[in-house]
Amino acid sequence: MSVTVPVLEVERLSFAYGPCKALDDVAFQVQPGECAILLGPNGAGKSTLFSLVTRLYEAPAGQIRIAGRSLRQDSCAALSRLGVVFQQPTLDLDLSVAQNLRYHAALHGLSRREAELRIREELERQGMYGRRDEKVRQLNGGHRRRVEIARALLHRPALLLLDEPSVGLDVPSRRALVDHIHALCRSQGLAVLWATHLIDEIGADDSLIVLHKGRVRAWGPVREVLASQGAATVSAAFHRLTAEGEG
Amino acid sequence: MRPLHYLRALRGIVARELYRFVHQRERFISALVRPLVWLFVFAAGFRSTLGLAISPPYETYILYEVYITPGLLGMIQLFNGMQSSLSMVYDREMGSMRTLLVSPLPRWFLLTAKLVAGVAVSILQAYVFLGVAWAYGIEAPVQGYLAVLPALLLSGVMLGALGLLLSSFIRQLENFAGVMNFVIFPMFFMSTALYPLWKIQESSELLYWLAQWNPFSQAVELIRFALYGRFNGVACGYTAGATALFLAAAIVGYNPSKGMMQRKGGA
Repeated sequence: MSVTVPVLEVERLSFAYGPCKALDDVAFQVQPGECAILLGPNGAGKSTLFSLVTRLYEAPAGQIRIAGRSLRQDSCAALSRLGVVFQQPTLDLDLSVAQNLRYHAALHGLSRREAELRIREELERQGMYGRRDEKVRQLNGGHRRRVEIARALLHRPALLLLDEPSVGLDVPSRRALVDHIHALCRSQGLAVLWATHLIDEIGADDSLIVLHKGRVRAWGPVREVLASQGAATVSAAFHRLTAEGEG
Repeated sequence: MRPLHYLRALRGIVARELYRFVHQRERFISALVRPLVWLFVFAAGFRSTLGLAISPPYETYILYEVYITPGLLGMIQLFNGMQSSLSMVYDREMGSMRTLLVSPLPRWFLLTAKLVAGVAVSILQAYVFLGVAWAYGIEAPVQGYLAVLPALLLSGVMLGALGLLLSSFIRQLENFAGVMNFVIFPMFFMSTALYPLWKIQESSELLYWLAQWNPFSQAVELIRFALYGRFNGVACGYTAGATALFLAAAIVGYNPSKGMMQRKGGA
C-alpha cells in the first residue's frame, strides 16, 4: 500500500518578532490535489507563515517540509517544488511578459528551449500567449495576475502558495482566478495554500485552516469545520472561531 | 543543484539587469551625464588652479582632466553600486526581491549574481564614458583599455557589495537619502578621485589619513594604474579585502536566520 507524502507539512512551528509571538505551535498538512484556504483576521500570522514557508525568514522552532524535503536542511530542493504568487505584484513592469517569464525560468535552471515551450504552454492556458511581447506595464491588473500565475507554474511546482492574489481584481477576474486554481488542483494534483479574506472564494471541497492570534483554531475539510462549530456557513464558523479570546 | 543551473540563473539575472538598464534610458543618460559634467565643467574650471606634480603612474605632467578620469570611472561605479542598493530596497518594498530570494539556489549565490549583474551594467557605462573621454582627447595607452577591465570588475564588486550591505540595513526607501549624505559624498570627496594624496596632506593630516584608508581611494588607484597598464598591488589587495568583508557582511545581513531581515520583519 503506498503512502501519500503530504506536499506541505508544517510541524510545531513557532516564531516571534522579539517579545511578540506571531506564530505559536502551528501544525497542518496539505495533500496533493488539495486546495487549502488559510483564513485569519489581520494580524493572525498569515504573512509570517508565508514568509516562513517561502524561507524569507527561518523559524527557530518547528519544521516545514515541501514535497518531503525539509526547508531547513534541504532548502534548495524544497524551494524547487514551490510556486508563489505574492500579494504585491512582483513583475517587472518595464519588461515584456515573455522576458519576465524567461527570468523566472532561468532562476529555476530551465534550458532556453524548455523555457520557451513552458512559457507557451502556461501563457496559452492563461489566454495570454498573444500578449507575450507586450510590456507588463500595458496590462491591466487581472492580466498581470494571470501572468504571475503562469510564472508560478512555469517550473511545475507541487505546491502553489497564493497570498491574497485576488486583491484589486474585479468580480469576473476574481471568479475566473478561483475557478482556474480549483481546476488545476483537480486536473494536475497541484496542492494549493491560499491565504484570503474573501469567504466567497472557498469551494465546498476545499479544506480550511483558520489562524487566529498565531494559533491554528481549526483545520480540516470545510464540512468538518462547519460541523465542529455547529455553523451553517463558513462566515459563521469563522466568526465563532475568531471571537474566542476577544475583548 | 547542477552547475548548469547556477550558470543559467546567473545569465538570467544579468540579462534582466541589462534589459532593465536599456529600457530605462533616463537612467543610462543620467549615469553618463554626471561624470561628463565633472569632466567637461568641473575639471576644465579647475585645470588652471590645480598644479599636479608628476606622480606614478603618470610619467609626465598631465592635465587635470586626465587626472580625474579614473576617479570619474570610480564615481560611475560608486553611484551604480548605490543605485543597485536603492533598487534592492525598492524591490524589497515592492516585493520583487522575494521572487529572487525564493528561488531554489543558495542565497549567497543569488546575492552575488545580483551584484555581478549590477557590475556588468557599471562596466558598460564606464566604457561608454571612456569612449567619450577619448573623443575629448583624454587618451590612455591602448593596452590600458583592456587592463582596466579586471580593475573595474573588482572595484565594481566592492562598491556593489557595499551597496548590498547597506540595503540589508535600510528598511524604507525614504531612508536612502541618508546613504547619499553619509556614504556617497564622504566616500567620493575624501578620496584620491579629485586630488592626489600628497595634495590632501598639504591641507589636512586627518583628511589625508581618512582618504588613504578609504576603500574608494584604493579602488580609484587600482583603476588609475590599470588604465596606464600598471599594476598596483597594495590597492588591489586592499580592494579585494574590502570586497570580501562587505560581501560577507551583506550575506549575513540577508541570511534568513541571522540577519537584519528577520529583526526588521520585512523582506
